[in-house]
Amino acid sequence: MAAASAGFICNVNVPKPVVIKLFSLNHVIKRRLSTSVTRCQSQPQVKKRSCPQMVGVVGLEVHAQINSTSKLFSGSQVSFSSPPNSRVSYFDASLPGTLPVLNRRCVEAAVMTGLALNCTINMKSLFDRKHYFYADMPAGYQITQQRLPIAVSGLLIYSHLGGPKRNQVISKSIRIKQIQLEQDSGKSLHDEHQSQTLIDLNRAGVGLMELVMEPDMSCGEEAAAAVRELQLILQALGTCQGNMSEGQLRVDANVSVHRPGEPLGVRTEVKNINSIRHLARAIDHEIQRQMELLEQGGVVQNETRAFDQKTGLTIPMRDKEGLQDYRFMPEPNLPPLLLYVSGRVPAGLDPSQVVLVDRVKALLPELPGVRRERLVEEYGILPEHSYTLVNEDGLADYFETVVKATKAEPRKVIGWVVKELLSNLNQQNLKVNQSLVAARALAELLDLLETGHVSSTAAKVVFQELWKNPEKGAEKIIQEQNLGLMSDAATLQIICQKVVESHPEEVKAIQNGNHKVLNKLMGQVQKETKGRADPVQVRAILQELTSS
Amino acid sequence: TQAGITALRAAEPLKGLGWPGNPVSVALREGRVSATDLCRKCLQRIRETHYLNAYISVTEELAMQQAEEAELRLLRGEPRGILDGVPFSVKDNFCTQGVETTCASLMLKGYTPPFNATVVQKLLDQGAVLLGKTNLDEFAMGSGSTDSSFGPVRNPWSEAVTGGRSSMELGSDWAIAGGSSGGSAAAVASLSCYLSLGSDTGGSTRNPGALCGVVALKPTYGVLSRHGLIPLVNSMDVPGILTRRVCDAAIVLDILRGPDERDSTTVPSPALDCALTEELDLTRITVGIPQEYHAPGLSPETARQWERVAAALAAAGARVREVSLPHTQHSIVCYHVLCCSEVASNMARFDGLEYGHRSSVETSTDALYAATRHEGFNDVVRRRILAGNYFLLKQNYERYFVKAQQVRRLIADDFSRVFCSGVDVLLTPTTLCDAPTYTHFTQEDNRTRSTQEDVFTQPVNMAGLPAVSVPVALSARGLPISLQLIGSKMQDKKLLSVAHWLEQQVDFPQICFRGDDEARERTQGV
Repeated sequence: MAAASAGFICNVNVPKPVVIKLFSLNHVIKRRLSTSVTRCQSQPQVKKRSCPQMVGVVGLEVHAQINSTSKLFSGSQVSFSSPPNSRVSYFDASLPGTLPVLNRRCVEAAVMTGLALNCTINMKSLFDRKHYFYADMPAGYQITQQRLPIAVSGLLIYSHLGGPKRNQVISKSIRIKQIQLEQDSGKSLHDEHQSQTLIDLNRAGVGLMELVMEPDMSCGEEAAAAVRELQLILQALGTCQGNMSEGQLRVDANVSVHRPGEPLGVRTEVKNINSIRHLARAIDHEIQRQMELLEQGGVVQNETRAFDQKTGLTIPMRDKEGLQDYRFMPEPNLPPLLLYVSGRVPAGLDPSQVVLVDRVKALLPELPGVRRERLVEEYGILPEHSYTLVNEDGLADYFETVVKATKAEPRKVIGWVVKELLSNLNQQNLKVNQSLVAARALAELLDLLETGHVSSTAAKVVFQELWKNPEKGAEKIIQEQNLGLMSDAATLQIICQKVVESHPEEVKAIQNGNHKVLNKLMGQVQKETKGRADPVQVRAILQELTSS
Repeated sequence: TQAGITALRAAEPLKGLGWPGNPVSVALREGRVSATDLCRKCLQRIRETHYLNAYISVTEELAMQQAEEAELRLLRGEPRGILDGVPFSVKDNFCTQGVETTCASLMLKGYTPPFNATVVQKLLDQGAVLLGKTNLDEFAMGSGSTDSSFGPVRNPWSEAVTGGRSSMELGSDWAIAGGSSGGSAAAVASLSCYLSLGSDTGGSTRNPGALCGVVALKPTYGVLSRHGLIPLVNSMDVPGILTRRVCDAAIVLDILRGPDERDSTTVPSPALDCALTEELDLTRITVGIPQEYHAPGLSPETARQWERVAAALAAAGARVREVSLPHTQHSIVCYHVLCCSEVASNMARFDGLEYGHRSSVETSTDALYAATRHEGFNDVVRRRILAGNYFLLKQNYERYFVKAQQVRRLIADDFSRVFCSGVDVLLTPTTLCDAPTYTHFTQEDNRTRSTQEDVFTQPVNMAGLPAVSVPVALSARGLPISLQLIGSKMQDKKLLSVAHWLEQQVDFPQICFRGDDEARERTQGV
């Protein structure tokens, strides 16, 4: 017995330490779907003739850090930039004799998220202990909700752009199996030189919502679009800040391949993904790898693999080898988590101390899907534009601010926002709130365009000038650079005359009835005037000059 | 010199420490004894009885400082509460701020918690004076207080003098104190403190209380906060109260009870104020005698006391009837599964990283864990961890843990049925017999002993009920025999009222050490 005592520790599956990379804050991760490398239409395919074609099956497990001021079971503050181990209560450090006390704010966040994802909210849920030895898991177990989670059976409705021109909005949905409340772990920092591990427990005990999705996706792009939609929803709710590079949103992908109609293949779990772009790459690579492996007569191992963002490959995680037995057990220190609805709170309970599902529901903000519909309906814009507006952080707000401040039609505004503004932002890798042209400045420019002070071609030049000199304002730039609309009839007459004379072929074509060619002449006039000529007058003059 | 304590009690033998008209509390208030004198005498008593090994640490300086502060308050006529200046001790598995808390394990040797357990804090808030931390089986796993890394606890009655002769003619052998709160029971029994906090998971307060002849109360689960109690089995652990008299236990319970925001399993409970001053109308009380408690191994002496007290209750007008608790017999094996499982889980935090013992083996994190835990825990703890991890394995969970939980429900239902049928309290023995000798007890291993010793106490924890052990007589060997009263949930007050009546009837003798008599003579007039 005594001899076995050292051995029993091995019996409980002690994982080896794993290096958790500390993220670098200046690493700018682009979250734009447009940058996603893959698309489902071109899903990885093995060229070999095989019938029917194999397809990927993807399910996600998302850990969303709850945006609350204190941790899930302790009063320690949640903070990302505090010195190591400065946000650690006695409970977080697992001092013996400490007990968990559930943070009501975290429960409300989970309920709100569950409602937003069309889940059934369990009015009674339970907490369990999940055991494993890990240096940054001080208690030797994580408190989670294995048996009866707070929310189940939801639906995440998302869409992505598809079609030959990639301007078609394709709507899809994923079943959400459950949302469970659980504790985050601390962080280990391995110093290979001195062969020591440093532990920071600031993150230990922060509230997480684990969202388990059914394997309803088939490729990286779908997964990326779904996670982006989830991110937007969480951010709209304020229940999670959703920044993947800061670890507020962590996504693991369960990937397998099979031929439709056949049972699902053996799956692997891909971890270590810290951006949506990498998620798509990791999944597509893994699908490709599995397909090739099977085509070569190989067998997919049920294993955990890490995504290497440098190579774009997934590699087995050595220390996750072997099946863990987590030895789940009910958490005895927490009574069942009970939720209520207004007016039905049992006597003796303070309604302000319990979570009322109907109250949380009433606080639900406008969700991204609803917002897109509203934008289309209210402003008459295209669905794909509403998609872009909502998916870019702050872009819809920017758009609506411009629309409210300008006389220009929303349908005109949208072009400026999704083309001029967005391409400038993308070129310089800026976020909407970093835009050098403020919404108000753009509105002013569009007003000048609308009132005929500037032509649309010149307005684009003004926009670029504004971008360089945001402090000047559109009106001043137009003045200084003489970009105002040229509407002096005599001057335009001279220029048009010149153009007509230098393009006899085109004139002949027009006179033969090909009126489209007039546009070419108009272009020539604008070229001469650097786009400043009043197009209405020019057209009239040209028509007159070519009609004889 | 320790006579101050005994003499004061002798003056009012039936009154408790803090009851109106009570000797110590009143003597302190009236200035007939000073808090510092009292504290000094208790510390002296601890030194004189150090061979009992009741204390792991004695906080002499801190105690004197607290006593001085209490004395100033008492002199000003502004005591903090009824316990101001009253010396107490705490089992060494309750966290005490700035005072080493070991759980009698090498794993926590030298560990000093940065906070007080809620129940400790409540006593300190009353002005009670902390004398030290009492001995126990390592991490409260045991029923003898023989498995402590600080050595076993001796039963004070082994050393007592009854009728001018030493009560035990055992040569070099001595009786065990029972456990796991043996240190607390021995401390109260040897009169070195007026009250002690124990913990009770399967009988750990009542068992040593019974063997050491003191009142041992296990309140309803949830009435007392477990915050700061280093857990054994969270779903059964309850802080226990050990005192000389039932009314003292009632006073302490009333002070300690109440919801604690740091322990989500605490619940509001009715006040006990003046519970025991009311005359108990026994004709309105129905006492149940569980037939299954006529267990094999029950000593004839204990059985006789059980019958005697049942008869006394009947004679006083109570309805006494036999009841059945059919699932009780499965309690021990069920407890074993649940206890080991929670132990495996609760002990997982002791990895040497954040606090406590850390091995010097540092070849890898795994090796550090393994060596730390091997060095820090004794065999008993390691065996329970091993068994618990086995029960919790995915393939075993349904077969062991879930089954045990179902049986636990059946056991609890047995009690509910009996109480719903009109029974107010159950009367049972607390232990099978009086305290065994150390030599005899250690012939069997810890698990076997726990199985035997907890048979009457442990079903109560399964059901979360209140129970109290009251000493009723001395055995032929001069060792205490105690009986247990079990109440229904939240009926701690009714339970204590019956216990109080019982205590008055049985006239349990006062412990007397060699030299106590003369000292008492001298201080009788205090």
